[in-house]
Amino acid sequence: MKPVIEIKNLSKQYTIYHNRPSYYSLRDELVSIFKKKDSQESFWALDNISFDVNRGEIFGVIGPNGAGKSTLLKVLSRITPPTKGKVVLRGRVGSLLEVGTGFHPELSGRENVFLNGALLGMTRKEISKKFDEIVDFAGVEKFLDTPVKFYSSGMYVRLAFAVAAHLESDILLVDEVLAVGDAEFQKKCLGKMEEVTQKQGRTILFVSHNMDAIQSLCDRAVLFNQGVVVFDGAAHESVSRYLNIGNSGDLKNRGDRRGSGAVRFTRAWVENEKGEVVVTVSSGQTIRLVAEYFVSSGNIKGDFDVAFAQPRSTHGQLSDLSPATSWGKIADHGKIICELPNVPLNVGVYSFNICARVDKEIADWVLDVATFNVISGTQPIYGKIPDKDQGCFLFEQKWDIKS
Amino acid sequence: MKEIIIQSKTSFRSSLKEIWDYRELFYFLAWRDVKVRYKQTVIGVAWALLQPFITMVVFSVFFGRVAGIQTSGIPYALFTFVGLLFWNYFSNSLSSASDSMISNRGIIQKVYFPRIILPLSSTLVFLLDFICALILFFVLALFFQQKIYIWGILFIIPALIISFLCASGFGLVAASLNVKYRDIRYALPFFIQTLIFVSPVIYPVSVLGKYQWLWFLNPMSGVIETARNLLFMTSPVNWGLFFSSAIVSLLIFLAGIWYFSKTEKWFADIV
Repeated sequence: MKPVIEIKNLSKQYTIYHNRPSYYSLRDELVSIFKKKDSQESFWALDNISFDVNRGEIFGVIGPNGAGKSTLLKVLSRITPPTKGKVVLRGRVGSLLEVGTGFHPELSGRENVFLNGALLGMTRKEISKKFDEIVDFAGVEKFLDTPVKFYSSGMYVRLAFAVAAHLESDILLVDEVLAVGDAEFQKKCLGKMEEVTQKQGRTILFVSHNMDAIQSLCDRAVLFNQGVVVFDGAAHESVSRYLNIGNSGDLKNRGDRRGSGAVRFTRAWVENEKGEVVVTVSSGQTIRLVAEYFVSSGNIKGDFDVAFAQPRSTHGQLSDLSPATSWGKIADHGKIICELPNVPLNVGVYSFNICARVDKEIADWVLDVATFNVISGTQPIYGKIPDKDQGCFLFEQKWDIKS
Repeated sequence: MKEIIIQSKTSFRSSLKEIWDYRELFYFLAWRDVKVRYKQTVIGVAWALLQPFITMVVFSVFFGRVAGIQTSGIPYALFTFVGLLFWNYFSNSLSSASDSMISNRGIIQKVYFPRIILPLSSTLVFLLDFICALILFFVLALFFQQKIYIWGILFIIPALIISFLCASGFGLVAASLNVKYRDIRYALPFFIQTLIFVSPVIYPVSVLGKYQWLWFLNPMSGVIETARNLLFMTSPVNWGLFFSSAIVSLLIFLAGIWYFSKTEKWFADIV
């Protein structure tokens, strides 16, 4: 069977005019006839991209800001034409670049469902057929005839997403839309997306910064950087490589830090038992969180602690790690190492913050100093490793059955 | 299985078929404009009636009374109201079509559909305004006890079609320019306001004497003058003027479509 999305040598070029105001007028154009040319520069937002997506896949697209993810979605949803290359889409395409596109504040919820549905490509018949389901999913029955300008932002987003979720397309292009709404609703949306692909054989192309969502939803993901495909393969591998791009580990130039500055962190990373820097670790493997520091003002007594966080998720800080007793006097230069034997973390993306205190006063405190990706592993002491959505901690367990 | 091929160039014929495929969206967008405009029914209708009525009163005082323009026996208020009926449809449609890309920027950047739907559907809401004003016209005719001829009433349909072609033709070009040059939207109202004085809204065609050929420059003049002649039957219809209006409007419309479809694919990048 032919792939549902076929992208061949796709390129998109943008031209930037320096000195051109964003408000460009006919008057400026006329004046510029007599002036020297605007200096302009062109760059390739997408540079010779090729990949295929098969039927029924949830396909992830990740990459740092400006990597070309959004441009790709815009080209695929035909909002902007490519400069070179070709895309073949086999089936009806629905694109969800934003929730609630075209919602009009003066119109009621009911009217907006129809308008938004039509904009997404649904026929009036389809919308009428699914209307009750949409309203039910969004949970806004009572406010159907209220203009949406009176909706709370949560209700607004729920209604908007509900319309999109009921779009009957063979291919669904989804941008960061899940970044909105409360945690519970996000979960419902992710569930809906999974259900849709599994039951109805639809294909989803999913762009996200939420690495956890990418790993739990997608089997395959493609990693973009500066307009080119850096990696195309298993989702967790893509995520690990993505984390590698951002993880230089260098903290010297981080401006977003707090503290007196008596101690400064310069670098942070995660390493394995052998002392090799790693980004991907398996559940139950022994890892070390390491941070280099220097002392900027003479002899001091320092204390260090490390806080764990699951980045960009609603879980917030998972735990706080600090040694039981104080270090006493510390050397001017050194590194602080926190070894975690058989790391008790379930599959997911984690990061840590690091903090140094001198006499209980914060000397340096930096957030998300290093990010690492935990993939599934086997570690008998933790029993059978639970599914990802069953919690992020693992516990040592001894089982018994008595009669 | 529907297969969509995305390339740098697309053919014109396939885009015509596409417009047909998106006809429901066309309807929904027009329906949205109507809903929003007439959301508060009283204000919506009142506005559609007040706009031509007040203009009529002002014109009647200054041009009918003070300037004493000759209207071959028709009350000046009725005379100018016929002109305003079509002129308001034309000018409102033109300015809303030309603004349609900017005011729907949010949609253009996020969803694909043939862009031409926006300027075309935005002119439809003014049909409703036209109907409201037309009813007011009949009320005024009763009030002035002016006889109205059936041919004139039937002529309203082709006259509206020509006005639509003319307004959307100009509107399509203006909409496209508006995306690129943001000062167009400020220049256009001035242009429209000036144009009313070069169309027979205020004067009869005969006022220009031997310079009557000037009327041929404005396609709306044939519409207004013919409608007036057929409604009141006071002077013979100048069919030459009418047909030239019709043909020029059609050409403007085609030129508008051509220019718009040539430029539309870049809209999302610069709007």
